[in-house]
Order: sequence, then C-alpha cells, then structure tokens
Amino acid sequence: MTSIITRRRFNFGAGASAAALPLLGTGARAQAPLGVGFIYVGPIGDHGWTWTHDQGRLALEKEYGAKIKTSFIEKVAEGPDAARAIRQLAQAGNQLIFTTSFGFMNPTIQVAKQFPKLKFEHATGYQRAENVATYNARFYEGRAVIGTIAGHMSKSGQAGYIASFPIPEVVMGINAFTLAARKVNPNFRTKVIWASTWYDPAKEADAAKALIDQGCDIITQHTDSAAALQAAEQRGVFAFGQASDMKAFAPKAHLTAIVDDWSGYYIKRVKEVMDGSWKSGDVWHGIKDGMVKIAPYNDAVTPAARAAADEVTKGIVAGTLHPFTGELKDQKGEVRLKAGETASDAVLSKMDWYVDGVQA
Amino acid sequence: MTTAILVSILMTLVAASTPILLAALGELVTEKAGVLNLGVEGMMLCGAVAGFAVAFSTGSTMLGLLAAMVAGMATAMVFAVLTLSLTANQVATGLALTIFGIGASSLIGAGFVGRTITRLGPVFPAALSEHPWLRAVFGHDIVVYLSLALVLGVSLFLRRTRPGLILRAVGENDASAHAIGYPVIAIRYAAIAFGGALAGLGGAYFSLALTPMWADGLTAGRGWIALALVVFAAWRPGRLLLGAYLFGAVMTLELQAKAAGITWLAPELLAMTPYLATVAVLTMMSLGRRSGRLNAPACLGKPFSAS
Repeated sequence: MTSIITRRRFNFGAGASAAALPLLGTGARAQAPLGVGFIYVGPIGDHGWTWTHDQGRLALEKEYGAKIKTSFIEKVAEGPDAARAIRQLAQAGNQLIFTTSFGFMNPTIQVAKQFPKLKFEHATGYQRAENVATYNARFYEGRAVIGTIAGHMSKSGQAGYIASFPIPEVVMGINAFTLAARKVNPNFRTKVIWASTWYDPAKEADAAKALIDQGCDIITQHTDSAAALQAAEQRGVFAFGQASDMKAFAPKAHLTAIVDDWSGYYIKRVKEVMDGSWKSGDVWHGIKDGMVKIAPYNDAVTPAARAAADEVTKGIVAGTLHPFTGELKDQKGEVRLKAGETASDAVLSKMDWYVDGVQA
Repeated sequence: MTTAILVSILMTLVAASTPILLAALGELVTEKAGVLNLGVEGMMLCGAVAGFAVAFSTGSTMLGLLAAMVAGMATAMVFAVLTLSLTANQVATGLALTIFGIGASSLIGAGFVGRTITRLGPVFPAALSEHPWLRAVFGHDIVVYLSLALVLGVSLFLRRTRPGLILRAVGENDASAHAIGYPVIAIRYAAIAFGGALAGLGGAYFSLALTPMWADGLTAGRGWIALALVVFAAWRPGRLLLGAYLFGAVMTLELQAKAAGITWLAPELLAMTPYLATVAVLTMMSLGRRSGRLNAPACLGKPFSAS
C-alpha cells in the first residue's frame, strides 16, 4: 500500500484507512501495518539520487506487502522548511521515517525530539540521537573502480569530472577516481568543472562538451542527470553512469555505472523495527555490503580494464585494498596519509584537499 | 586552440542560446501587445514534456516540435482567459502559470522518465559540414535556423507591416486602439498564443535537441533568463538576438574557462556578467531618455476592459 503526499498531489488514502481501522478492530484484531515514511530532496523522476531511494522504498513494499504502509514526500527543500514535511509524516502515523538528503540533518533531529517514540534514519549526516540513526554509502569505492577503468580506457590520459559542490563526499570521489586512474597511468589528469548545482541537465551537458573540447576523452559526473552521458555519446567519448545504471541514455559511451542500492539496508531496518531490535547507530556501507554496486560493463571495456577493475572490486570487498592508502600527499606536498596508512572515516568525512593530477 | 575546438565552442554557444532566444522572442511580441506574461518557464516546461511525449510515442521529432508549440499555446491560453477575459492580475497569474507548468509537466512526464529518443539532427546533409567552418554555418538543426528566421520575421512584422503597427498600438495605448475600432482583446489573445507557442518550442529544444530526455524541471530556470532578456533588448528583436547570443556565450565560456583550468577569472564573476549587463543596459537606457521609461510598451501589464 502506498500513499503519496507531494506538493502537487494529495492522497488521503493513508488517513482514510487508518481512521477505518478502529472500527474493524472491534471484531477480529487486525494487525495495523507498520508506517514507513520517506522524505526526498528531488523528484522521483530524476533517475538519479532520489530515484534510487524510491527504488529502496518499492523493494520494501515487495518484501513486506500488506505488513507495511509506505508514504513519501518528494521535492522537499533542504533547510528549516523540511521540518514541516517530516512532522507531517510523523503525525500521519509512520513509525519509521527516512530522510534522504544531507540538508535534512537539523530538521530530522528537531522533529525526532518531538516524537521520541518514532524512529528516524538520516542519510549522509553525522548527527545522531537515541531515535535517530544515520546511514551512508561508500561511493568512493565505486569511484576507485571506475577510475581504474578510466586509466585503462583513456587515450588522452585526461578525464572530465562534472562536480556539484565541493563538499567532502564529492571531493573524496574526485580523489578516489584520480588516484585509481593514476595507478594505471601515472600521468593521468582529472579536470573538474564545478557546476554549482545538483541538477541542470543543459548545463551538465554543456560542461561535458567543454571538457571534451579541452581534450578529455572520458567523462564522469557527480550531478544527478544523465545529460553528460548523452553529450559523451554524441561526441563519441566514454562516460560513466552515476547513482543508477544509465546505459539507456548512452549505449555506446556508458562504460559502467556506480549504482546506489538502499534496499538491503531499508529491508533490514524495517525488520528491526518490527521485531523491536532497532537501535540508533551509524552505518557506512560500500561494495562489500551491496549498498554500492557496479553496473555491468559495456562491451567496449577492454579485457585488461575489466580484469583490473574486478581486481579493485575484489580487493575492496576482501578488505585488502583501500582506495586511500598512504603515502598520500595533497597538491601542496603536505603528507596526508603516512606510508601504509589507510584513511580513517574521520579523515574521509572531512576531506578538503586534492591529490596530484586533479585540476579543480 | 585549433579551428575544430573553436567551431565546437561556437556550436555549443548557438545551441545554448537558441531556446532562450525563442522564448524571449515570443515574450517580446506578447509584451509589445501590452501583456506581461511571467509564466514563460511554465510554458517552456509544458512544451518540453509535450514535445518529448509526442516524439517518443510517434518517433518523429518534427511532430514533437509541433506538439510543443501547441502545448505552449494551450498553457498560454489559460493565462489569456484569466487575464484578458476575467481581467485577473497579470503578474500574479503569470507566476501562478509557472508554478502550474512545473507541476503539470512533472505529472505528465512521470511515465517518460528514463526514456530516450533520437536527438534532433542537423538539417543539412553531412557532406556540407565536413569542414569545421562550414559546419559552423550548415551544421545546426532546423530550430536554430527557424529561430533566426523568426527574429527577422518578427522584426519586419513589428516595424514594416500594418498588423504589426496595430499590435504595437494596442500595447502603447489600448484605449485609443479600442476607440478607433481595433479588437484589443482579440489581438492580445493572438500575441499571447504566439508567445506561448515560441516558449513551448524553446522548451522542446531542451527535451529534443540539447538533452534528449525528460526529467522534472528540465529547463532549470531558462524562462526567467528569457524574461530578463526582453528588458535587456529594450523590446527590439535585433538586440534580442544579440542579447541571447551574449547570454549563451557567457554560459558556454564560463564552462570552457573552468575546463581549460583558467583560475584567475572567478567563474562566479563570469556567471553574473549577463545580469550585470542587464543592469548596465537598463541604467544607460534610463539615462539616455528623458522620459526614462526604457522603451517599454506604455500599457504593459495593465488590464483592459472594453466597457
């Protein structure tokens, strides 16, 4: 069962059936479905970040059927206004609420205080409470895999990287990509364009074209649309999908994609709420736990590139390879990681420096 | 920098300018008739989604372009009925039209997310555009040539034809135009419809040519740039063409500068250039004219009722 509450559509199905339950309950005691709510920053139709979270919600429905009732509010602006949307879901009888963007952090904490019996899960944040857990994916592991492929597949040794905002999550992706590519080709360079937006397809496409004009023959992006892939396809260079498999947009250019898969985590956490074992905590899962996946390779990926990429994936899963392993210097020559040292989560989540080879 | 790169930048620039040129040209005609329609962004989005839906369903981008114009026109008619027949406030209705367009396009487009179509291709055979410089002339798609022809057409229409003169009269002094027997409301309906059609076409340029896909909010605020452009151009089609290409150039060069690693020029500075230019042009115009009314049609935004 789904009820959808959006800025443009109102569906009072949830309220109506909830009101009907007490009447039914007099005879046979019907088990009320567990309410699970989602707050999305973008439209489900972005085919990127928000879409992947909604895929997780649909996986929940498939798994638990009538035992749960999910609802969501999409296109919620980050910041104080989000509190209103979260409160709306809390008052609608949801027992577990996922808020799926970094900017929902403070509103989530604020609303969680007012509803101590409800459970909250905030994606990509760092503030927790008794009833607020956080979860995030190690996207940089995927970046290391596609960086390896880029190192093998690029003839010019230059990749174009369309980035949104210089926050640690984006910076660590750029670094992981470049480090992996330079392991293959020590002269590899990554040119970054800051689009200053998560979503502006025409600008993302123009940025890709500008990078291709400047000699980049492989494009990757940390923005939400598939526009950059389309530009790469048009110009006959390679590219990678972001957040979801974007092969349909660029059958020739799309080498592979970093796919976010939240369904495993969502299914597990809902089960924990059902059996009462839910606890607040912080989860940062990667390829090993299936939260980050690599889409099937394009036929164009050479055997050598495949083998090397598989090797990186295996190493990450086995724990023998960390994309950030010392000795690592930033561009000013300052040693950030000593020889043999791997980056701790604290170092990663504060990353504000670039490795050699990045032009940002 | 080689010729090929220069031409490539030029092509990107033209492509980036075309949708704002189209939308702004439509708005210019609407405003010349004395109507301020702030719903450009909404009409563009409706055109973008309708164009994509039809192109996807029929496999014909040409039909998609046509459908986009019809959809833009239909959206504009909502505005026309409210503001002309029911004399609602034009500013408020226009803003509402944008919000309506964002929602309606998202609703209609929900089933088309993630689908792809064939990009609108160059209109001339590839043999003509083998040489880079020839490509800069013959390598564009039909909408680019159409937009240039429309600029010329609108310019001639407004300045050299009798209907153009009547349209301007309606925008400058609706009461007088009415008094000598011109159908003010009907003319304004037509102007709004034209504006809607061009906004729809501009929107479809995103979903059929620039990024052949549908995604919510695809035009990402270009409708507002088109509105600013009309003021920048002082309601003159020729200057509008110049302004649109200037906006397109700045948008393109900002990205090129970043890709080339030029760091001494702050990209934020480059990004604000078109808006600074708008302010500068407005200032110069108001200094240059004693009336200080910036060449705006005198009845712009004022409701008219024949009674």
